Amino acid sequence: MGETKDGSELVPNPRVNHGAARIVPLGDSAAVVILGDSISPQIHHRVRALCSYLEHHPFTGMVELVPSFTSIAVYYDGLAVLKAYPEYIRTGAEYYLFPVVAELLEKMLSLIDDEPPPQPRTVSIPVYYGGEAGPDLEFVAEHNGLLPQEVIDIHSSSEYLVYMLGFAPGFPYLGGLPSAISTPRRLSPRVAIPAGSVGIAGDQTGVYPLETPGGWQLIGRTPLSLFKPEAELPTLLEAGDTVRFYPISRREFMEWGEDTP
Amino acid sequence: MSLLIMKPGLLTTVQDLGRYGYQQYGVVAGGAMDSYALRMANLLVGNDEREAGLEMTVTGPEITFAEPSLISICGGGLSPMLDEHPLPLWRTVYAPKGARLHFGRLSGGCRAYLAVAGGIAVPVQLNSRSTYLRAGIGGHLGRALRSGDVLPIGTPTLRGNVWRERLTREQGPESLSVSRWFPACNLIPSYPETPVLRVIAGEEFLAFSKESRERFLSELFTILPQSDRMGYRLSGSSLNPVREQSLISSAVTYGTVQVPAGGSPIILMADRQTTGGYPKLAQVITADLPLLAQAKIGSAVRFRLITLQEAQEQLLQQELELNRLRLVLEHYY
Repeated sequence: MGETKDGSELVPNPRVNHGAARIVPLGDSAAVVILGDSISPQIHHRVRALCSYLEHHPFTGMVELVPSFTSIAVYYDGLAVLKAYPEYIRTGAEYYLFPVVAELLEKMLSLIDDEPPPQPRTVSIPVYYGGEAGPDLEFVAEHNGLLPQEVIDIHSSSEYLVYMLGFAPGFPYLGGLPSAISTPRRLSPRVAIPAGSVGIAGDQTGVYPLETPGGWQLIGRTPLSLFKPEAELPTLLEAGDTVRFYPISRREFMEWGEDTP
Repeated sequence: MSLLIMKPGLLTTVQDLGRYGYQQYGVVAGGAMDSYALRMANLLVGNDEREAGLEMTVTGPEITFAEPSLISICGGGLSPMLDEHPLPLWRTVYAPKGARLHFGRLSGGCRAYLAVAGGIAVPVQLNSRSTYLRAGIGGHLGRALRSGDVLPIGTPTLRGNVWRERLTREQGPESLSVSRWFPACNLIPSYPETPVLRVIAGEEFLAFSKESRERFLSELFTILPQSDRMGYRLSGSSLNPVREQSLISSAVTYGTVQVPAGGSPIILMADRQTTGGYPKLAQVITADLPLLAQAKIGSAVRFRLITLQEAQEQLLQQELELNRLRLVLEHYY
C-alpha cells in the first residue's frame, strides 16, 4: 500500500462491514457507524438504539456520540483506547487504533437487535403563524394553491420526527412535512432571521434557535427557546422526539413568559 | 487574582480544549485552534492542560497583571514583550505586579496562547470555558475581549507556586524572571510559512475525479480572507466529484476537507458545525492541526496523503511524548 500521486492505489480507508452496517473512519479520532443509505424512521430507530446502547455501555476512551440521519459518529481518545486495550494493539500493527474501535462497535451492533428502542417524547411547540412573525405565509399558501389558514391547519396537524440536531445549537432536522405545503427556499436569503422563527425549505420544516441569516420561508414564530445554554439539557428537543406545532394568537405570543405552561 | 485587558488585539478569546459532550445537540466543540500550544502553555505554569487560557490572533492584546503571576506563552510568534523585555516563547515566566504584556510583529505562525498559573477562571458553561462567538456562550460574556475587561484567575497549583518561588529567589519579587529550563526541541513545533499538511482520505475521496485528486495532492492552495475559526476557505484549482452526488448530512470534525459544489475546498476548524452535507475529500491528521491553525490568511498550504495507520501512529507518538513531559513536570519541584 504505497503512496501514489493521486492516491488511487491507496486503499482509501479501512471499512468494516457488519450486515447492512459499515464502520468507517472520520479522521484519526472518530469512527462512523453507517446504518443505512436513506432517511427513514426504521433506520432512525436503529441509530437511536445504538446510541442508547453506547451511552449505557461506553467503551474506555469513548468521548462522545454524534447521531445523524443514518449514522453515528463515535469520537474516541486514542491514548485512552491504547491504554485500555494494549493487547489488541500490540498483536497487529503497532499503534493502530481504528480496528480496535471498529471491533468494539461491531460487537455492539450484534447486541442492539435485542435492545428495546428508547421511549420517544412528544414535544408541543406553540407558534404564532403569519403576521410579522411569518412574512412568507402568504407566499407558501399561493405557491401551493391554498389559503393561509389551510397552510396553518396542515402544518399544525402533522407529527414530525426529530432525526438529528445540527447546523446550529438546538437546530432540529424534522421529518414529516406534508408535501401539500412544501415550498422552495427564497431566492435571496434574509440577512437576519429572528430566533424562534418557524420555516419551510423544500420538504423540510424547522425552527431557528438563534438569530442567523437564512433562506427559509418563514411562516411563524415560537416564543420557546430551542437553545438554553444554562440548562442541564441545553436544547428543547432531542433526536428521537416527536414534535407537534399548535397555533397561538399574537397576544398569547407577546404575553408568553417562562412560567406559561 | 485578575488580568486587566488594556487593549484587546485583533481577536482575543478565552479558550480551553473544547466543549465535548454536546455535539449531539448541535453545540460546536470549539476550543483552542492550536490546542497543542495551549496544552503546553498550561503545563509550563503547573496547570492541568485543560485549563483555559487566552487565544491571541495576529495582533496581540495589551494586558496588565494586577498581581504577580506565573505565565507562559506558546504557539505562533506574536513577539511578546513584558514591559520593555522581549519574552521567549515556550518558557515559564514570572511577571511582577503591574507588569504590562504587549506584542510586537508577527513572525512564524499567527496565534499565541497565554496561560496563567491557576487558569482563566471564567464560569464553565456546558462543560467548557471556551468562547463560542456565534452563540455568545462561554468565555468572558460569550464574546471576544474588549478594553477594560477584567478576567478572574484561579488558584495556582502547589507546583505552580513552587516554581514561582524559585523564579523570584535570585532577583526578588519585583523583577521579571524567565525559567532556564524549557521543553526539549522535539516538543516545540516550528510553524512553516507554507506547511505541508498530512491528510488521510475522506469518506468521498474516490468519488472525486482522478485529476481532482491529483491536483489536490500536488498543487498549492491559498487561505482566503473569508476564513475564520469556523473554517478555512481555500482557493486553487477547482476539485470536482466524478458525478454530482447529494449526501445525507452527517458528522464532520476539525480538519475535515469538504468540497461544496463550486469546487473550492473548505477545511473545517475548531468552531466547525457538528454536521455537514458536502462531500468529504480528505481529513487533515490531528497531529498536523497545529500547523494548519498557525497558517495565516493569504499563505499557502500543501497536502500529502498518508494512511490512517500512519496518522494514528503520529497522533499517539505526539501524545506519548507530551505524556512523558507531563510526568517529568509533575515530579519537578
